[in-house]
Amino acid sequence: MSAALPILAVWLGAWGLNSWLARFDTRASRLLVALIFGASILILWEMIVRAYDVPQVILPAPSQIATAFANNLPLLWGDFVQTILNGALSGWLIGAAAAIGTAIAIDRSPFLQRGLLPIGNFVAALPIVGIAPILVMWFGFDWQSKAAVVVVMVFFPILVNTIAGLAATDALQRDLIATWNAGYWQSLWKLRLPAALPFIFNGLKISTTLALIGAIVAEFFGSPTRGMGFRISTAVGQLDMPLVWAEIVVAALAGSAFYGIVALIEARLTFWHPSQRK
Amino acid sequence: MIRILPVLTVLLAIVAIWYVAAFALNRPWAERQLEKAGTEVTFPALLADTMAQERPVLPAPHQVAKGLWEGIAGQKITSKRSLVWHAWVTLSATLAGFAIGTAAGMLLAVGIVHSRAMDQSVMPWAVASQTVPILAIAPMVIVVMASAGVTGLLPKAIISAWLSFFPVLVGTVKGLRTPDAMQLDQMRSWNASASQVFWRLRLPSAMPYLFASLKVAIAASLVGAIVGELPAGATAGLGARLLSGSYYGQTVQIWAALFTAAALAALLVLIVGWIERVTLRRMGLDR
Repeated sequence: MSAALPILAVWLGAWGLNSWLARFDTRASRLLVALIFGASILILWEMIVRAYDVPQVILPAPSQIATAFANNLPLLWGDFVQTILNGALSGWLIGAAAAIGTAIAIDRSPFLQRGLLPIGNFVAALPIVGIAPILVMWFGFDWQSKAAVVVVMVFFPILVNTIAGLAATDALQRDLIATWNAGYWQSLWKLRLPAALPFIFNGLKISTTLALIGAIVAEFFGSPTRGMGFRISTAVGQLDMPLVWAEIVVAALAGSAFYGIVALIEARLTFWHPSQRK
Repeated sequence: MIRILPVLTVLLAIVAIWYVAAFALNRPWAERQLEKAGTEVTFPALLADTMAQERPVLPAPHQVAKGLWEGIAGQKITSKRSLVWHAWVTLSATLAGFAIGTAAGMLLAVGIVHSRAMDQSVMPWAVASQTVPILAIAPMVIVVMASAGVTGLLPKAIISAWLSFFPVLVGTVKGLRTPDAMQLDQMRSWNASASQVFWRLRLPSAMPYLFASLKVAIAASLVGAIVGELPAGATAGLGARLLSGSYYGQTVQIWAALFTAAALAALLVLIVGWIERVTLRRMGLDR
């Protein structure tokens, strides 16, 4: 009971502070509220783990995770390169290029579009991760098979979004560019692709997370002795939970950075879109 | 017919490409087998062999169909080789997780819409967490809960719940906020209480958004349940079928499990879509 009091006090204190801050509703106060909430969760986590002697196997304290993170930096960096840069990023790039290329290739055939769009939408909802064991068999244990899984996973969301984006111009705009005597490729390059960019980036952003998931989960089906999925499953086997959590921190940071970079490129390329205007 | 014809054409093309790919990928093994047996390597012999290998690199569509048929109809439903039984194991975890995740997401969404402090505290983290590959912690959740003495359905359901939670949360918050100032003023001028505003204005106008995110959430739940079955130890469920198939090189088994999972996902999304149509029609919201 005595341990519960400070925990409750921290919770109520942080909550009271946030309730008070939330009334200002400026940019700075919003940021502050979010940061205080995140920090209070971490502090409460640490306090609960210490006060109730939660076994490390069930939940390590944030400080233990931070120590494991700092002690294993070279190991974590190697896993990051293997899984994120080699597996996820190369797969994402190939998959995105293939999807956008396919969308442009079938752009002139409404028949193929009507056939591919429902199938693409259907496949985008399927548990495609399940294809991982097959691709690991085909492409071996190294990062090539992970990249292949990522290619398949990101292909359909990007394809569906690109097809929708290429249809996003209205007749007036197409007529206008036709009166300027623009050919098919000119109108594609100067009008329809730029107009499709917000849709394409929507697909690209959705698929960043999918790419990481694909690369990590594919490693559960076999991998060389490095990589984030491999490390998570072996560290779990050794009950080395701080290391597992450190890998999760890496995955979270990589996922946010990946998404953030794509969002940044989007802001640069589609500055004209209403959602990007300040 | 106009709508079905293109889809059928593409599907046929996929099956054709699949057959060609199966021939090409299984050919080296078939050639070696025929040479070992000392028979002449002819095209018909190759073709016959590539289409009917025991452990093909890529099973031909009819082999997968046969595997599916044997798994679904050829076994007793309670048998451990029955795909129906494995699908049921996965489905029960999916549905339990979906129910937990949806309930939690909707409750939190109601809190967020009514409390500004909660909105500003939780929402940025909820949005940021969408970029985190949550699925990667699935094996840890299973092991942690097993060491705490919880096994079976619940750990998988928790992974499913976690995956379905965020789409529902974000969709419901968006939906509950759709009523504009004019509609809210109208409710005020009728002297409606906060709960009346919620039940009669906010919740009904959130329905289309809610159903859109439910469709995403149920598909995500299924993925969560399947991945939750991957860590060693699981012997039942479609994920366990995938894993044991990959250990023993039983490619037909992998593809059959994969297609069962796909059919299950399609079925679940269709059911949610059907409930959506019926509900929205009765509410007069269908387009």
